[in-house]
Amino acid sequence: MFVIVPVLTMIGILFTKELKGARLVSAVGMGIQLVLAIFLVFYYLSVRGAGNLHEMILTTDYSWFPSLNIHYFIGVDGIAVAMIALTAIVIFAGVFASWEMEYLSREFFISLILLSTGVFGFFISLDLFTMFLFYELAVIPMYLLIGIWGSGPKEASAMKLTLMLMAGSALLLVGILGIYYHSAPNGGPYTFNILAISKIHIPLAAQRFFFPLTFVGFGILGALFPLHTWSPSGHASAPTAVSMLHAGVLMKLGAYGCFRVAIFLMPQAATQMAWIFIILTSISVVYGAFGAIMQKDLKFINAYSSVSHVGLILFALLMMNKIAMDGAILQMISHGLMTALFFALIGMIYGRTHTRDIREMGGLMKVIPFLGVMYMIAGFASLGLPGFSGFVAEMTIFVGAFKHSDLFHRVASVVVVSSIVITAVYILRVVGKLLLGPVQKEAHLHLKGASWYEKLSTTSLLIAIVGIGVLPLWLSDTILNSLQPIMEKLVAYLH
Amino acid sequence: MDFKYILLMRHELLLVLVAVIILIFDFLTDREKKNRLIPFSIYLFAGAMLVSFFPVKPGVLFGGSFQGNALTDFFKDILNLALLIVFMQSEGYLRKEENREKIAEYFVLLILTLVGMDYMVSSGDFLTFYVGLETASIPLAGLVAYDKFKSRSAEGGVKLILLSALSSGVLLFGLSLVYGATGSIYFSDIAKHITASPLIILGFIFFLSGMGFKISLVPFHLWTADVYEGAPMSITAYLSVVSKGAAVFILTIILYKVFKNITGLWETALYALAILTMTVGNLFAIRQNNIKRFLAFSSIAQAGFILVGIMGTGSLGMTSIVYFILIYVFTNLGAFGVASAIFNASGVETISGYNGLYKTNPRLSLIMMLSLFSLAGIPPVAGFFGKFFMFTSAGSKGYFILILIGVLNATISLYYYLMVVKAMFINKNDHPVPYFRSPNFLRFSLLLCSIALVFIGFAGGIFEYIMSVSHVLF
Repeated sequence: MFVIVPVLTMIGILFTKELKGARLVSAVGMGIQLVLAIFLVFYYLSVRGAGNLHEMILTTDYSWFPSLNIHYFIGVDGIAVAMIALTAIVIFAGVFASWEMEYLSREFFISLILLSTGVFGFFISLDLFTMFLFYELAVIPMYLLIGIWGSGPKEASAMKLTLMLMAGSALLLVGILGIYYHSAPNGGPYTFNILAISKIHIPLAAQRFFFPLTFVGFGILGALFPLHTWSPSGHASAPTAVSMLHAGVLMKLGAYGCFRVAIFLMPQAATQMAWIFIILTSISVVYGAFGAIMQKDLKFINAYSSVSHVGLILFALLMMNKIAMDGAILQMISHGLMTALFFALIGMIYGRTHTRDIREMGGLMKVIPFLGVMYMIAGFASLGLPGFSGFVAEMTIFVGAFKHSDLFHRVASVVVVSSIVITAVYILRVVGKLLLGPVQKEAHLHLKGASWYEKLSTTSLLIAIVGIGVLPLWLSDTILNSLQPIMEKLVAYLH
Repeated sequence: MDFKYILLMRHELLLVLVAVIILIFDFLTDREKKNRLIPFSIYLFAGAMLVSFFPVKPGVLFGGSFQGNALTDFFKDILNLALLIVFMQSEGYLRKEENREKIAEYFVLLILTLVGMDYMVSSGDFLTFYVGLETASIPLAGLVAYDKFKSRSAEGGVKLILLSALSSGVLLFGLSLVYGATGSIYFSDIAKHITASPLIILGFIFFLSGMGFKISLVPFHLWTADVYEGAPMSITAYLSVVSKGAAVFILTIILYKVFKNITGLWETALYALAILTMTVGNLFAIRQNNIKRFLAFSSIAQAGFILVGIMGTGSLGMTSIVYFILIYVFTNLGAFGVASAIFNASGVETISGYNGLYKTNPRLSLIMMLSLFSLAGIPPVAGFFGKFFMFTSAGSKGYFILILIGVLNATISLYYYLMVVKAMFINKNDHPVPYFRSPNFLRFSLLLCSIALVFIGFAGGIFEYIMSVSHVLF
């Protein structure tokens, strides 16, 4: 379902003329998608409430290449449902944030929705081949979106981003084939089916070879240090909606992949080799935060901030316990919404002041109050103020991290927790500089207020952020229930 | 002589018939009306192709020299389809005034090379194989030099014929050594007597070198760029797809069937050749600006990927090769089709000349983009599936390091394919190629290629059919 709606939307856009038609069709299409997503959430909760304990629900399975046992196998569990909801909200907001896209608008919206099709498909895939196909589907639109509609050194950023992500999927391909050819240790046919593989035990030697490949492959998309270098320039050069979707959702694809494939299917290697990646992710978190302090360009600040927060997600996944993983997924959603909100706001501010340099702006709170207040709220959510989703997520992660009482984990956890302070530094600095204080330029005194589509875009994101912050339990429970089978498997192998 | 036996050779016989009919028709046509030959030949050939599609029970002719089975039939159908698309794309070139006298020869020569390739593909002994190979190679040299009065074209022809002769000689020498060691030229007999004796290994090395030339493996690839650049665009397309594909197919069969006993040996050789070919092909492609040389090096790199697929022996290896070649036909012919449309209309054949193409010719740019992404192996176009199964095939024998090198090379290749995409979609140009309308056959062929590229991957049945057909043999 979730793949069909975007595809239909794309075909619909083909028939429209320039800007107005294209954005209307996209808005309608993505609006329908959002409604479907919310409906899915409630449906899922009711199904679980009625006692359905299958690992995955709403599954569909078509045999695609029987001789290789490749199936088009899709389905959702609580985590996937949450991610789908996230994507739907972000793309909906993204369409409205791009309301004024004049240049080749039809192609822009088609590429944007193609990107989201890949994302939706990825989250619902339960077959490694299908998952990989949707993962790579995002490559084409990514390059075009940044290269054609971006700003600054867009061609170079687009090329760097595309090649690095392709290299990630290259590693991933090897990992997937490795898993496939070791998926039948007791004889019988090989399989790409994730659920089936999760029930068998891949030989440890194979795991130790393929786990790093798979984790790094997905990790590149999650800005794993030192392979995160595509992220700052990529996000900075991308058009607004693309940055929203990319930082908000695509980076979570990497984290989700690490979780669903690398850790889920190869738990022993994950436990044994976690320490390497814990070091790397801790560096990501702190490096990203320090990097953000140094930047003067709003988009770069947010990009480094994303590196830091997504690093936190990977860090939490590597903690290998239920609470930390719950926190990781909460952080995926929370950060996704926050960063989408940030990028949307930055886009709107840039559209007015035509600069992203914070040295050239100030006192905007008086001039554009709606956007100013939004920005301030986004900032507070980002640094983890209670009442917003950021707090819930980060708190859960740190509790989970502290459950490990050994020295290595404790040190890593302390290092990561310290990033909160650094985050606070750059957020408050930017907020203060941008919104408060004297207005820097004459021209800035006469900026336009927020238009209806901008208000719609940002408000929809804000509602979700506050919703999770104030009422986290419905989301948390959904996730926890789906984490149960995974944890059982992990625990079984740890003993 | 049973009628059934003639049916086994229907592909070849029909092609010869078509060639003769075209020659007769040419003889009967006045000079002014020669252009009529073009649609006539295309429709005639399409008809012959459709007739050949009808399946026939497998069989063997001439005591084992000619093997007809479902796999070879399928492959010959692919080659026929490829030639049909090449014919359709040649229309613009053939309608030029300077080529008016040479239209019939063009069709006839191409068809005769295909006859040679069909024999080669169906061969059951080394002599038939060699005869088919030579029949295919000699007219090609003439075709490459078709623009007689352009020095590039003549140079390409001379290079091709000389190196073709040299490599055939080397290949034949290798085959003679193998004959000396085993006492037979029939594949099935030789297979029983292959051991790792020095004489056989030497023969094998010569054989592989000769074949390496045909498939443009590194280090036998030096002729490729110059010949591709000199030849008329459609001949280049034919060379890169049909000639290479047929040679790959028969090489695979020979490796799997004849040299089965020394599999460990040739796998090592192919391992090294694959890495060399992919890497060198990719590195040189990055620097090219001429679209023909660009596509030449791109196809060298693709040959490297094909070698990776051959490593997974058995029916999976064979299936992935045939599937890849099928997709490669549409991919490369799509790219060449766009290139020839642009060249025929404006004379532009450099990548920098393609700057800003999307503004003036959006559909052509899109088809080119689809073909390039298929070459790079990005979903949802068919090339992704082709590449994935090649790697799966190598993985079945545990060659994960090779796969790793392969996928990293695929990433590098994405870089230079994106360069062309960048030129068309992103770069600005004050004088882009103006809008033009291509001849109808060319448009149809491009439509066919793009539809195929988008939908073949999703039709699992094709892969399954090839798998079921090759299972019988391996």
